[in-house]
Amino acid sequence: MRHAYQGIPRWIYVLATAGALFVLLPLAAIVAKVNWAQFLPLVTSESSLTALGLSLRTSAASTVLCIVLGVPLALVLARGQFRGQRLLRSFVLLPLVLPPVVGGIALLYTFGRQGLLGRSLELAGIQIAFSTTAVVLAQTFVALPFLVVSLEGALRSAGSRYEAVAATLGARPTTVLRRVTLPLVMPGLASGAVLSFARSLGEFGATLTFAGSLQGVTRTLPLEIYLQRETDADAAVALSLLLVAVAVAVVGLSYRGPGAAGTRGPGAAERALREGTPETARERVAP
Amino acid sequence: MSVRIDAAIAARGFDVSVSLAPGETLAVLGPNGAGKSTLLSVMAGLLRPDTGRGEVDGKVLFDLGPGVNAWTAPHRRGTALLAQEPLLFPHLSALDNVAFGPRSAGMAKVAAREAARHWLAEVDAAELAARRPGELSGGQAQRVAVARALAADPDVLLLDEPMAALDIHAAPLLRRLLKRVLAGRRAVIVTHDVLDAYVLADRVIVMEEGRITEEGPVREVLQRPRSRFAAGLAGLNLLAGTVTAAGIRSADGMEFAGHHDDPLVPGQAGVAAFPPSAVSVFLSEAHGSPRNSFRVKITDLEPHGDQIRVRAGELSADITPAASADLGLVPGLEAYFVVKAAAVSIYPA
Repeated sequence: MRHAYQGIPRWIYVLATAGALFVLLPLAAIVAKVNWAQFLPLVTSESSLTALGLSLRTSAASTVLCIVLGVPLALVLARGQFRGQRLLRSFVLLPLVLPPVVGGIALLYTFGRQGLLGRSLELAGIQIAFSTTAVVLAQTFVALPFLVVSLEGALRSAGSRYEAVAATLGARPTTVLRRVTLPLVMPGLASGAVLSFARSLGEFGATLTFAGSLQGVTRTLPLEIYLQRETDADAAVALSLLLVAVAVAVVGLSYRGPGAAGTRGPGAAERALREGTPETARERVAP
Repeated sequence: MSVRIDAAIAARGFDVSVSLAPGETLAVLGPNGAGKSTLLSVMAGLLRPDTGRGEVDGKVLFDLGPGVNAWTAPHRRGTALLAQEPLLFPHLSALDNVAFGPRSAGMAKVAAREAARHWLAEVDAAELAARRPGELSGGQAQRVAVARALAADPDVLLLDEPMAALDIHAAPLLRRLLKRVLAGRRAVIVTHDVLDAYVLADRVIVMEEGRITEEGPVREVLQRPRSRFAAGLAGLNLLAGTVTAAGIRSADGMEFAGHHDDPLVPGQAGVAAFPPSAVSVFLSEAHGSPRNSFRVKITDLEPHGDQIRVRAGELSADITPAASADLGLVPGLEAYFVVKAAAVSIYPA
């Protein structure tokens, strides 16, 4: 493949290099700014560890919530046939482009004390705003589209032919979902989950607006970094590097291919999917 | 009739009614876009017709029309579908693929695997049990797919051009396998290949533009074609008989040399197939290299493209108008049909 014609004008490489530097330089700047002598004490201070622990727990919880809500959404969007399907997709994807602060305000007026559902919840003795639950909801709100987009794409490219065959073999829809659909799109689901986790981990605006910044309750790592920046720049930089490291690990994990994504037999699903496409079948028939 | 399907889809110009007797295999022939696969999808419940009624042994598959709206979901129909591509579930082993149907029917894991082993053996694929679909060749995968469809114990087996995606070496093997497993089984097979219809089916329907243009026992339809499509298919000369070491012996004792596509056992029933274009016509007996030369009485002459089709009973030859004029061919004349052994294919019947 290396020797194949590429067809990219040379000046494109110049701009591409500029683009890559634009992303990489700020990361390098963080690394350059880190006070390495103080790095360990800074990232292991009590407030840092509390924030990190809260971030990991809430992100894990919102990832689970994303899967529970996002898998059905993606299925309905990819396989369903109903009026308003395109509209539903647009609205589900809205948090991708919505400023997180706006998301936080929207959540506040939904689940807050004076909110749409908040009053009924209040009567039931449930208070969500400014609690750890609020952190999870805020993160889920912004992270859900990542899972839905990733999974819907996987569902569409997998096609429904395997599912049709499974149904003619006598499998109920739930059986088809459990034994055919989900295993086939497992790579897409896994990378969607990883992306949601990463997005949850970095969530700031919606969390601050909807959940506030109470140490140990709602102050996640990004909030802690923002707070530290005012008083202790070294601590902020050290914690930032920590988040960069987690992000790099997450991205690395989700791009390691189908083997990392939980299918048994690395690459088998992808390979078979490729072989099973109508295109290749047609090629085989062609004389 | 045990299976009866009447269905119409206005948008596709599809309007078909077919029926199947117990144990009968029906071939569906027709050009691309004739609605052959649509018929299978309607039967399998993957496509909803506008109006019509489908029934298998008294079970209503669908009953749609003014005032009626009955619909049986695909998984309750007992109509296993075998497509052009094997579509084996890539994340399951061959064994678990075959066990999928029994498992879905509620069989315990161990029993389902036992049943799967039986069906894999039935299609000569027992040694492939542990393989993943990605590790199977096209022919092997399609054999496993046949086993998977059979293991679901379908009331009607639906086959959509099962040989079309296979290479020329794998296709005869699968055809032989299907001949064995379809015997006495209720099935509908969509095919492009007249040979599939001849070898595998009891009855054939020819579909053109969403409608059935011809219907009947395979031999009858192909020998007395009324539709243009069937006539094109039936152009092939077919001669039934008993397989011999070098070819085939017809019922009236005529010896025919040919090549066997499959390993055939002398003595079994077979059919020789050769195109009219491979037949030459002589007034006297020709001799020489492996050739079949036999005396015929010309029954008919008709134009066929820019050739003349010379008919002699059930056989035909295509020759140029010049050659026909040179030979002075007229109906009733006795002549010799000569065909090279290499042009004659012998198949099991």
